[in-house]
Order: sequence, then C-alpha cells, then structure tokens
Amino acid sequence: MSAMLAIFRRELLLAMRARTEWLMPPFFFIVVVTLFGLGTEPNDPKLAAFAPAILWVAALLSTLLTLERLFRADLEDGTLEQLCLGATPLAVVALAKLLGHWALTGLPLVLLAAPLAVGLGVTSASVPTLVAGLALGTPCISLIGGFVAALTVGLPRGGLLLPALVLPLITPALIFGTGAVRAAQQGLDAGAPLYFLAAILVLSLTLIPWIASAALRNAFD
Amino acid sequence: MWTWFHRLASPPSFYRLAERLAPWLGAASLLLLLGGWIDGLMFAPADYQQKDAFRIIYVHVPTAAVSLSLYSAMAVAGVVAVIWRIKLAECAMMAIAPVGASMTAVALITGMLWGKPMWGAYWVWDARLTSELVLLFLYLGVIGLYQAFDDPRAGARACALLAIVGAVNVPIVKFSVEWWNSLHQGSTLLKMGKPTMSAAMAGPLYAALAGTMLFCAYAVLRRMQNELLVRERGTRWVGELQRAQAVDDRSASV
Repeated sequence: MSAMLAIFRRELLLAMRARTEWLMPPFFFIVVVTLFGLGTEPNDPKLAAFAPAILWVAALLSTLLTLERLFRADLEDGTLEQLCLGATPLAVVALAKLLGHWALTGLPLVLLAAPLAVGLGVTSASVPTLVAGLALGTPCISLIGGFVAALTVGLPRGGLLLPALVLPLITPALIFGTGAVRAAQQGLDAGAPLYFLAAILVLSLTLIPWIASAALRNAFD
Repeated sequence: MWTWFHRLASPPSFYRLAERLAPWLGAASLLLLLGGWIDGLMFAPADYQQKDAFRIIYVHVPTAAVSLSLYSAMAVAGVVAVIWRIKLAECAMMAIAPVGASMTAVALITGMLWGKPMWGAYWVWDARLTSELVLLFLYLGVIGLYQAFDDPRAGARACALLAIVGAVNVPIVKFSVEWWNSLHQGSTLLKMGKPTMSAAMAGPLYAALAGTMLFCAYAVLRRMQNELLVRERGTRWVGELQRAQAVDDRSASV
C-alpha cells in the first residue's frame, strides 16, 4: 500500500515539475469543444443534441495525447526495469501509475465538462448525468488505454498504433456514457447505462492491472 | 492421452498432421460450399417477402457466425499462449487473425448489400452492425500489433493479451439483437428448439455453414504451417523437409 502511494505521489510530483504535460490535455479538450461550437451556426439547437458525443470524443482524444508517455519515459530512463525487478507486485505498480494518469488527465476533464456542456446548450437537468458518466468513464479510458500503452511501450512506432488499438476497446464506455446523457435529455431514467458504465469500470479496475503488468513484462523478454 | 497431447504440440508432428488433414478439409469444404450454394441459389424456394434477394443469406450468415467463433478461438489460443507459452498456440492465433478479419469483412459487405434493398440503407448505426465493425477493428488491431514487433514471440504474446481484453466484444455481438432494439433480425437458425425456417431453405444454409467452417479450418491450418516454417527455418526438421521436397521435385522433373 505504501509503495502504491509512493508511486502515485511520484507521478503527481513529476507532473508538477513539467507543467505543460498535464495542462495540455484539458487545454486540448477546451479547444476541440470550442471548435465544434464555432463550426456550427450560432445557437444551433442540434449542438445540444450532439453535446454528449462531442464531449465524450473530445475527452477520449485528449486522454490519448498523454497515454503514449505513460510508460515510455520510465522505460527510457530505466525506472520501469527497476520497478519490474522490485519487490512490489508489478500489478500494484501498474494500478498506481494508471490511477495517477487518471488524476492528472481524467479528473480535470470531468471538472471542465460541466461548464462546457452548459456552453453547448445542454439543459442543467442533464448536466449531472453527463458529469457522472464522465467520472465513471474517464478512469476506464485511463485503465484500458494504459493497458494498450503497456503493450506498445517498447515499439518504435507505438505512437501510431496506440489510438487504433485503444478506440475499438473503449467503444462500450462511449456508447453507455453518451446513451445516459441522451436518456436524461429526453427525460428518461439514466440509471441503467450509468450502472453499465460502473460495471465496466469495476471490471477494468480489477482485471486491467494484472493484464497490464503481463504486458509490461512482455516488453522486457 | 497427455503424451499424445505433448506430441501434438511439437511443431514437426503438428506440421505432419496438418499436411495429412488439410487436403481432406479443403475438399470437404469445397463440396459442401458448392452443394450448399448451388442448392441455395438455384433450387431453394424464394422468400415470400424478400423474393430472391434473401439468397445472400447463404454467404452472410455463415461468414458472420464464423467471424465470431474464430475470434473466440483466437482468444482461447491467446490464453493458452500466455499461460503455457506454447509456440503452436501463438502460431494458431496469428493464423486465425487474418482469416477472421476477412470473414468479418465479407459478413459486413454482404450485410450492407442485403441492407440496401431491405432496409433502404447500406448502413445503420445500431448495435449489431456497430459491434461487428468493432470486431473487424479488433482483428485489424491484432494483426497490426503483431506486424509492429520484430520478435514474433513477444509480438504474439502482446497480441494474445489484446485479444483476451477484446473478447468482451464477442458476447455483445452475439446477443446485441436480443438486448437492444435493433433493425437487424434475430437468429432464425442457430437457436434452441425448432428453426423458424423451412427445411428447403435451411438445408443449404447448414451445408454452407459447415462448408465455411471447414474452409476456415483449412485456411488456418495452412497458414499455421507457413508460420511454423518461417519461425523454425533454422531447425533440422525444416531442413529435412526441404531436402525431401527437393528430391521429390527432381524425380518429378525427370
């Protein structure tokens, strides 16, 4: 547990030393959403209907930006090898790193989503559903994306491969996340898709660290 | 039993077994496919509603069914490859991926061609179609990941992990028609109880399904043989195989 906390704190510390690294994804998120707003005609009511899809896809893309660096920097300076050899189970290390990634990129997006959604014309009644969906969905993106980043960590062209591998795996989360907001916008109960999202999160939280650690070990064989 | 299993997992004996088995599988699949397609396209009665357009079912349903079973087979081979590190399971995975990807592509294309006259659209974004498309992306991802590795063993193990995580999609495709309201119809053939299809229509479909499965088995075996030859090209049994082949060729030309 203390090792996990130490790794988590190290992730945050490293990010604080290199500000652009964790400021870039939220900035990118805002820019993408703004461009959608500018791309349609002013006060188009369709924009509100598309808002859940826009926000979710923007969140996906901005998380992808930092995924490649997640294990790459540690591989280059040899930290990853030390972590693999260390006494702490690699799955715990992977979980700490993935949670650190979520705290740095996913959490800011969740906090930013509410004002941006209002800006796109989402009714205030369905904003809580959107934020709840993103709060459940962004950890899934970090976990599943982190697993793929671990798979491709040693590859010279891993950066090109990463989005192509992550996006199909993340579609269920996208479907349930946007489905919840659409249900809320139509005045229906958004509980079922949110429960599905929570199920995906629990499943990936329990299984992904082990699979990711196997992927990291594979990089050194 | 176990010694037989161990012997089967060794590349040379598997290669010989595949060499014996493959021609039979190929011939049987050719017969079944020809029989099923000729019977289905020419002699089966036309549908009362879709007329002759329904006949694309004899390509669409078998390839779609096989695309799912091949992914499951690839994921199972992936589990075996990760846990027991059996070389043959890695070869099986990497042989299944392109075959499965092409079956998925055929199922999608025939489905689109069928959808245009029946639904009025080539493509609709509903659960069955979208999850089948995701299945295609998963296959392509496995192939792409394998190509990116220099070491085939590390590449195959990475692909195995990816295939295992992606296996969540298989039940979603299978049951999407029942879970969500979909434009795609439910299964008429592969379900419990009596098929809701007349025997004159269902007979050729069973033949085409069996033929497609056997064809995939044939293609996977042949691809596995190639993969084994490439991977084991420095070993003695491949060298002996080459010499035997050279002797055969020389005697054939004389």
